[in-house]
Amino acid sequence: MVRYWGGKLVSVIISLFVLATATFFLMKAIPGDPFTSEKAVPPEVKAKLMAFYGLDKPIWEQYLIYLKKLIHLDLGTSMKSQYQTVSSIITDSFGYSLRLGIFAIIVSVIVGVGLGVVAAMYHRKAIDGIAMVIAVLGVSIPNFVLASMTQYLFGYKLQWFQVAGLNGPFDYVLPVLALAALPIAYIARLTRSTMLEVLNAEYIKTAKAKGLKRSVTIVRHALRNGILPVVTYVGPMTANILTGSVVVERIFGIPGLGKYFVDSVSNRDYTLIMGITLFYAVILMLARLLTDLLYGLVDPRIGLRSRKGASS
Amino acid sequence: MRKTWLSILALLLVTGVLLAGCGTKNASGPGIFNMNLSSDPPSLDPALAQDSVSFVVLTGLYEGLTRKDAEGNTIPGVAEKWDISGDKKTYTFHLRHDAKWSNGDPVTAHDFEYAWKRVLDPNLNPASPYAYQLYYIKNAQNYNMAADNPDHISDPNQVGVKALDDYTLQVELENPTPYFLSITSFWTLFPVHQSAKSNPAWASKAETMITNGAFKMASWKHGNAIDLVPNENYYAKGEVKLKKVHFYMVNNASTEMMMFHTGQLSFAGFPTGEIPAEQIGKLKEINKDELHIQPTAGTYYYAFNLTKQPFDNLNIRKALTMAIDRQLIVDKVTKGGQVPAYGFVPPSIQGDGQMFREQYPDTGLLSEDIAQAKQLLAQGLKEEGLASFPPVTLTINDGAGHKQVAEALADMWRKNLGIEVQIQTQEWKVFLQNRTSLNYDIARAGWSADYNDPMTFIDMYTSTSGNNDLGFKNPQYDALVKQAYASSDQQQRMQLMDQAEQILVKDNMAILPVYYYSGVYMVQQNVQGLEMDYQGQIDFTRASVQ
Repeated sequence: MVRYWGGKLVSVIISLFVLATATFFLMKAIPGDPFTSEKAVPPEVKAKLMAFYGLDKPIWEQYLIYLKKLIHLDLGTSMKSQYQTVSSIITDSFGYSLRLGIFAIIVSVIVGVGLGVVAAMYHRKAIDGIAMVIAVLGVSIPNFVLASMTQYLFGYKLQWFQVAGLNGPFDYVLPVLALAALPIAYIARLTRSTMLEVLNAEYIKTAKAKGLKRSVTIVRHALRNGILPVVTYVGPMTANILTGSVVVERIFGIPGLGKYFVDSVSNRDYTLIMGITLFYAVILMLARLLTDLLYGLVDPRIGLRSRKGASS
Repeated sequence: MRKTWLSILALLLVTGVLLAGCGTKNASGPGIFNMNLSSDPPSLDPALAQDSVSFVVLTGLYEGLTRKDAEGNTIPGVAEKWDISGDKKTYTFHLRHDAKWSNGDPVTAHDFEYAWKRVLDPNLNPASPYAYQLYYIKNAQNYNMAADNPDHISDPNQVGVKALDDYTLQVELENPTPYFLSITSFWTLFPVHQSAKSNPAWASKAETMITNGAFKMASWKHGNAIDLVPNENYYAKGEVKLKKVHFYMVNNASTEMMMFHTGQLSFAGFPTGEIPAEQIGKLKEINKDELHIQPTAGTYYYAFNLTKQPFDNLNIRKALTMAIDRQLIVDKVTKGGQVPAYGFVPPSIQGDGQMFREQYPDTGLLSEDIAQAKQLLAQGLKEEGLASFPPVTLTINDGAGHKQVAEALADMWRKNLGIEVQIQTQEWKVFLQNRTSLNYDIARAGWSADYNDPMTFIDMYTSTSGNNDLGFKNPQYDALVKQAYASSDQQQRMQLMDQAEQILVKDNMAILPVYYYSGVYMVQQNVQGLEMDYQGQIDFTRASVQ
């Protein structure tokens, strides 16, 4: 157990170090700097700004200074938004992404599993067909199309919801829908196919023979096994939803982290680029760890020890 | 089953807590002006601000010595009157006694002296990008530029700005600068409260911002929203009718339009937002009472790389410039009320008693003539010893509409001159770097006024200008600009600048003017008293919303 987590920790640190290094040098390789603009800043002023942000030093020195700060968990201040620390930008904006993301995850799991179970229970009946049509639509419509369409229809035409912003609880409906559509579809199909398998298993027949109610059989016996692949999917899905909502955030005017990530690159806001990249990396790694943990919880047969080295 | 209920209960609790953190709905209604900024203002410190988003917010928060009325005339702001010396080099501003900061402190001449010297301070960190707006002041440049400057002045007291008493500010200039009063309403010259001395990060939070304008900041949720409320200490608070100004930060043109149509926004479009070009035609029909189009004192043009074949040849440059139909481009491609440009200084810039372009029309600078263009091209190619037109790249940056304009131009050249140019789109900063280092053949360019005088355009193409991305070096041009700087006679200055523009466009065709910018914006009909100046900068301080 200790060795397992120790190994995990070491591999996380190594990955973060490699990522930080690669991002740092790639980012510096892009032409331009934070201070280029249509109206050229006078060279003296630019030299002063470069010196203030430590960009006048050789690139190796900048790199070492950055690493040193990073070890002390200091992500620096933004070069574009004056006097704002990178960590405050990340905490502020990630708050929005996180709230949105959690709703989207909850909705995807509940609706996805629900649809899947119902489809499996009524296999080859009308309900199954409808559920699977929804699933196919969810998989094939990209989230930005869905976002624009629902925004136009429900926000602009029918005016049921605000077009943009996250000011009240109802403002979450459209963006959550756009974010959850794909995972819902995926989870529904996953659940349906495993449930179909499980429902034919011997122990379900036994449960039925014992005279258990159908709902009890499904919830207590079938679902527990049927949900296992879903759990595998939830980890990467969490990371995807939390990090990949850039377009949806932009359409609905949500000040989430994705917006800052895109803007930081076009602004060459070096400290912010580094900060957000590393933050995303940490999220991804946490999501993987979470999956491992959940796996063990749902299926006790999968011990942590036996998975040692299976993933990094 | 109990477990299931417990987990459902837990889920509901989580949802409740999350929703509780979501805040309240922002109402639109009488007295509330809603506007979109597209992004978070990078800085609301007048010394450091340099972009239109920050400027819009600063206009509400601060007031300089002077203000501008709807016609672009200078009107009193914090200064109620001023005297100008006979040689036009000393300005004495008399400040009103009832001007107050949002915390109740009086706004004094010392605050202006402090703010201006702070902008010029060579040790201000980060340095002020717009410090050169104060270089008109005596010794300001030599005080501000410390590195590699043998004439550096380290004593701030030698800078020509001095508070004679609490309400008298004396400003000495290097040269008689007829447009200096237009500069005193520029954002960089706004006063700064002296509490900035002890807290360098004062301008990044609503709580620490002490301002002297019509509004003060109620809240600043970075990246999300800014709320301004009237400043009860403002001397003219009776003129302020809005109860609240709410800024959204939505960076998506179609979302912004929908927010306007559903009433969430009172104002959309230029200068901080965008009306999609493809919608303008339809809006002109359906929303003609809300849609406004006005010139914005900017010029859209292409830069020739004068240091590289084939555009080191005058006749080839002339040929390309003459062989396009500008009217067709503004009518069919940009569609936003732009005006075809045949010169560099746009029509909304003031001259001597009248508009500069009225006195010196741009029609004499270049004409569109395909037959002559063909001839000039053939002649130019012969001069260069070229058998045919070499492969040439037209470089543009990504962003709204540039590609369409470039394609229209390429098409016109193909049809009219039988030449091919390749269009290359580059990311903004990559593009700028390439243009600055003269790593291009033809590149898109745009310039807008910093102040209301042709000089804001003309002096960017002197040999030493940091914005000269053409490789244009002309001693005669430099001399004319220098003469105009030193002159206090408006008529003579305009003449000199006209001559300079003729050298740049008519004689050398160093640039290819396409159109003069316009700003397209939409205002709800219940909004009154909104002012847009010659640049299209919005002033909402005296607006009202029914």
